[in-house]
Amino acid sequence: MAVDAKVVAQIAHLARLHIDENLVTEYASEMTRVLALAEAMDDVDTDNVEPMAHPTHAVQRLREDAVKETGQRDAFQAIAPAVEGGHYLVPQVIE
Amino acid sequence: MQWETVIGLEIHAQLATKSKIFSASSTEFGAEPNTQANAVDLGMPGVLPVLNREAVHMAIKFALATNAEIGKHNVFARKNYFYPDLPKGYQISQMDLPIVGSGKVEVTLDDGQVKTVGLTRAHLEEDAGKSVHDAYPGQTGVDLNRAGTPLLEIVSEPDMRSAKEAVAYARKIHSLVRYIEICDGNMQEGSFRCDANVSVRPAGETKLGTRAEIKNVNSFRFLERAINFEVERQIDLVESGSEVVQETRLYDADKDETRSMRSKEEANDYRYFPDPDLLPVEIDDALIARLREVMPELPEARCARFVSEFKLSDYDAAVLTADRATADFFESVLATSGAPAKLVGTWITGELFSRLNKDSIELTETPVKADRFSGLLARISDNTISGKIAKNILDQMWTSEDNADAIIDREGLRQISDSSEIEKMIDEVIAANPSQLAEYREGKEKLLSYFVGQVMKASRGKANPGQLNELLRTRLKG
Repeated sequence: MAVDAKVVAQIAHLARLHIDENLVTEYASEMTRVLALAEAMDDVDTDNVEPMAHPTHAVQRLREDAVKETGQRDAFQAIAPAVEGGHYLVPQVIE
Repeated sequence: MQWETVIGLEIHAQLATKSKIFSASSTEFGAEPNTQANAVDLGMPGVLPVLNREAVHMAIKFALATNAEIGKHNVFARKNYFYPDLPKGYQISQMDLPIVGSGKVEVTLDDGQVKTVGLTRAHLEEDAGKSVHDAYPGQTGVDLNRAGTPLLEIVSEPDMRSAKEAVAYARKIHSLVRYIEICDGNMQEGSFRCDANVSVRPAGETKLGTRAEIKNVNSFRFLERAINFEVERQIDLVESGSEVVQETRLYDADKDETRSMRSKEEANDYRYFPDPDLLPVEIDDALIARLREVMPELPEARCARFVSEFKLSDYDAAVLTADRATADFFESVLATSGAPAKLVGTWITGELFSRLNKDSIELTETPVKADRFSGLLARISDNTISGKIAKNILDQMWTSEDNADAIIDREGLRQISDSSEIEKMIDEVIAANPSQLAEYREGKEKLLSYFVGQVMKASRGKANPGQLNELLRTRLKG
């Protein structure tokens, strides 16, 4: 799959990354080369292979339903850039 | 042209766990902002989610209640998008392999008809936090207490054909999740939220029209109104030659309209992929069997039992089993009061419910709990008091801690069932109303109720109505 400038712009937008316009072509060709590596997999016959969500065969361990962590707000808000009335403040988000 | 409405619902039910789905923070509602958000909920670097066992069990219970497939091998995935109340930049959800597969529920409509609605799937995911837009000028406040609260997103097939059907289905799911105690169902607090996918198509067409998704509906009444508004809007659009745009629309209850969320104009591209921080969840048959054993009696089964065991009508049984709190209340009062089932049912759905409605509260918040209500019903049942006096007593119980017997004794409300005493009052009333007596004897039998009223008045409402009627008829004949 060839990545073009449009795809690069779209991915950058989704990732909220600001990219230098002059580097778009370079990114496009680099990403195309990366994808080509993965495309090598197309040559492997995977018809009888179970899809895996995780590279190991381990199973998720579950935790008991218990509240064990409370009252940590002050510690976390001490390192936040802006807080008021217990809220974390961020630039205004228009609904 | 005739239009057909097609509706599918996505219901988010907050699971009633004590702690969050992936962290040990509390899920309790209403705490001070951010006091229930730990490093995992805040999406701090290096943290790892650990899945809550109870959330998994609750999802399985839902599958059992809806005869749905259980995803014995299910996988969490990341749904990527940016919003300040989602600190990680992705929501942990499920995509290809959800914990609950297809199932179905039977929904009883207003006209008594039963409709089967298909469930596409239900998956576990984490809730986002809350943004506060109006408290800080030029800034948005973020409260992450809700972030990481477990949700079961229940997705229906597009099987509903009217707003009423959609509401009936939503009520059914609401009742079910409360029956099996996996969600408290509190819509005001956002524990149970409905999004509706609505489209229209010409009657007879089998292809689905373009749909709009309505969000922000926090009551069944608004759900019905929002869908009806949206259906009208879409029909107007199509009939005027325009097209429906696939988009998310917010319902505004104040204006009773839906409007476009402009920020979502670009197509959603969530780039789901399996979450590498979480391993696949395996569910074995032993666990399913164990959970099946602790499942409570479901509404349909309970309704059928109320009909066969208590000889209630289908309608009464359905009303009394519509939610678990009512059914439990009924059975508790029935067992302790000794009153007949029909009487108990009528008093719950009539007198009790009308008082709850008047105060806009739920049965779980009733000031007269089952034990006191039972005490009142026992006195109606053993003829200590008449139904009319019982209503007054219930009013007094409503605003006090007194039980029925205490009020009856204090106010001397014990029903008069002594025939000689009633006869004495009848004679006095007859003596005082010679002209009415003459008219009655000339055939104006309607006057019976006049005499009943007079004697009741004389007894201050305490005469046993059955006895009074019988004795009065005899006496009036002369």
